[in-house]
Amino acid sequence: MFKIQNLHAGVEGKDILKGVNLEINPGEVHAIMGPNGSGKSTLGHIIAGKDGYEVTEGTMDFKDKDLLDLGPDERAHLGIFLAFQYPVEIPGVNTTYFLKSAVNEVRKARGLAELDAVEFLKFIKEKAALLELPGDFLKRALNVGFSGGEKKRNEIFQMAVLEPTFAVLDETDSGLDIDALKVVSNGVNQVKSPERSQLVITHYQRLLDYIVPDFVHVLYDGRIIRSGGKELALELEERGYDWVIESAAQPV
Amino acid sequence: MSDATETIEGFVKSDYKYGFITDIETDSAPPGLSEDIIRFISKKKEEPEFMLAWRLKAYEYWKKMEYPKWPMVQYPAVDFQDIIYYAAPKDPSDGPKSLDEVDPKLLETYDKLGVPLHERARLAGVAVDAVFDSVSVGTTYQKTLSEHGVIFCSFSEAVKEHPELVQKYLGSVVPYTDNFYAALNAAVFSDGSFVYIPKGVRCPMELSTYFRINAAKSGQFERTLIVAEEGASVSYLEGCTAPMRDENQLHAAVVELVALDHADIKYSTVQNWYPGDEEGRGGIYNFVTKRGLCKGVKSKISWTQVETGSAITWKYPSCVLQGDDSVGEFYSVALTNNRQQADTGTKMIHVGKNTRSTIISKGISAGKGQNSYRGLVQIRKNATNARNFSQCDSLLIGDQCGAHTFPYIEVKNTSSKVEHEATTSKIGEDQIFYCNQRGIETQDAVNMIVNGFCKEVFRELPMEFAMEAQALLDVSLEGSVG
Repeated sequence: MFKIQNLHAGVEGKDILKGVNLEINPGEVHAIMGPNGSGKSTLGHIIAGKDGYEVTEGTMDFKDKDLLDLGPDERAHLGIFLAFQYPVEIPGVNTTYFLKSAVNEVRKARGLAELDAVEFLKFIKEKAALLELPGDFLKRALNVGFSGGEKKRNEIFQMAVLEPTFAVLDETDSGLDIDALKVVSNGVNQVKSPERSQLVITHYQRLLDYIVPDFVHVLYDGRIIRSGGKELALELEERGYDWVIESAAQPV
Repeated sequence: MSDATETIEGFVKSDYKYGFITDIETDSAPPGLSEDIIRFISKKKEEPEFMLAWRLKAYEYWKKMEYPKWPMVQYPAVDFQDIIYYAAPKDPSDGPKSLDEVDPKLLETYDKLGVPLHERARLAGVAVDAVFDSVSVGTTYQKTLSEHGVIFCSFSEAVKEHPELVQKYLGSVVPYTDNFYAALNAAVFSDGSFVYIPKGVRCPMELSTYFRINAAKSGQFERTLIVAEEGASVSYLEGCTAPMRDENQLHAAVVELVALDHADIKYSTVQNWYPGDEEGRGGIYNFVTKRGLCKGVKSKISWTQVETGSAITWKYPSCVLQGDDSVGEFYSVALTNNRQQADTGTKMIHVGKNTRSTIISKGISAGKGQNSYRGLVQIRKNATNARNFSQCDSLLIGDQCGAHTFPYIEVKNTSSKVEHEATTSKIGEDQIFYCNQRGIETQDAVNMIVNGFCKEVFRELPMEFAMEAQALLDVSLEGSVG
């Protein structure tokens, strides 16, 4: 469903990704781990189509479409979602209004009828309960004055509302206490289905106790240097990254 | 500059959607200004002697004045001898008696503008006094209004029918000596609106006037006077558009509001004069003096303006808070795109005790637009316990525009409290990307962010006009997508 081959990309002549290969099938959960500066967030941004990166080599396909040809909004219409590491604030635009526009844009692009206000409110109230969001949350301006934890919860809430087929979660666990982490993970797991895939970017194994991956990849210096099952995450937790990096440096 | 900034700029380029010229014969005075022209105007309008005398005094005063150079706007000097000061649509009879008699082309124009003149007016509950160039062509719902004792008519009609009211209040808030353009207006003003709400009456409907400049090289100098007697209340809306022309047109209006004890006047403006093209050719010079006098105790005057048009805007709707416990409000959205320039703001003059004022100003600059907020909060010596709160926010789109804030605060009473808050922000690429990622395209994202920024002002507008204002902002920011 989602496939990256030999992806090279960078910013202003500086290479960040140096040949990434990754294939994700429907229903799979993949985790990307790695030390700071290895290119994890860049990978998330490039999948979502953020401006300012230059892809110099390689391909990226989703549902048999060349993603590199599409703008970020068109990718969203196809069912790609990015839960931001640092969600932005939009003053004066309330969360409900924002989400209604987003949902209807996506529906429009897929040839579905737009939801009316009543249907939509009912729909998002169910989703809000899932994330244990307070009642006034939906009326507040998008992310304005939200705590770090609330912003992250809002990201997963939006994911639950938009029901993407492929979601990238960029360090969704950072800044969350253990209770919030459980709520967020619970939300993520509820969205899971045999048709939907997830790519979880994280520093810590902790998150993977709650969101159990099928595959774990270590990204280092712009390349995936090791892949394995969920036990790889536990091993990394115990031994750190150095042994992986060292063994990757060995000529094969 | 990154790609995203360029993209954002691409989206704010817009075409003026109201640029059509109505082809009807006009009955114009030759260009230029002289005592003869003023006598011609006064005679055309069959004015009483006091009106002509006032015009001539204003003209004498104006001749000795110089045009103001302090606003932060740049434009070539206006040649006042090259302007046509009187242009009325030609009509074989003495003017239309009802809507049926109005030139269909004129009605078509209003149709394009969306002025609800026909049955729609009744549905919308709007009474419209439509000013086309210099003569008011049709005033609807005068009957319903007159049952309540409300007078809503063209200024020329008021001069003839209610000379005692006009004489009593004309120039009482904005004297002809006030400034260069107010003096010019006093000398040559052609028409406008007059509203009188008698004691204790709440005006039963929103009153609305659409102004439109049509004839080439004509200046429009309308004058509006609204008087709310003791305990009266009224909400008034003006909307403005002008056709596209290469040369610049001058619009120098004067608006005077008088609120007596416990009276309440709400004045809303949606201004969409032709802003000129991308290179800054053509467009309206909008030099307007608007001022309200809270004359009585516990009176209230509230200005709300949404300014998206004009090549140059120079305007400061103000309140003189004379009555004790009176309240003044100013809510403003000013958008400058391409090469538009705006120097706008307000003056709150606190004279009486316990007077309160609120200023919420939202400036949006896009393209090469320059947007200045200029405001004065003055607390006079006897204004015990006066309070003011000001908030000036600027939003920048792209990196070639400018936002400037010139707040003046003068306090002569130590018991008063004055607050001023100001912010400047930029529509960020991160915000746009965030919206894009959720499936919202860039144009819609920009509109959404701008409308969110203006929300505090839009909610002050009457419901149907809030929708219009929002649509207008979207249109003004629209560009070729792709």
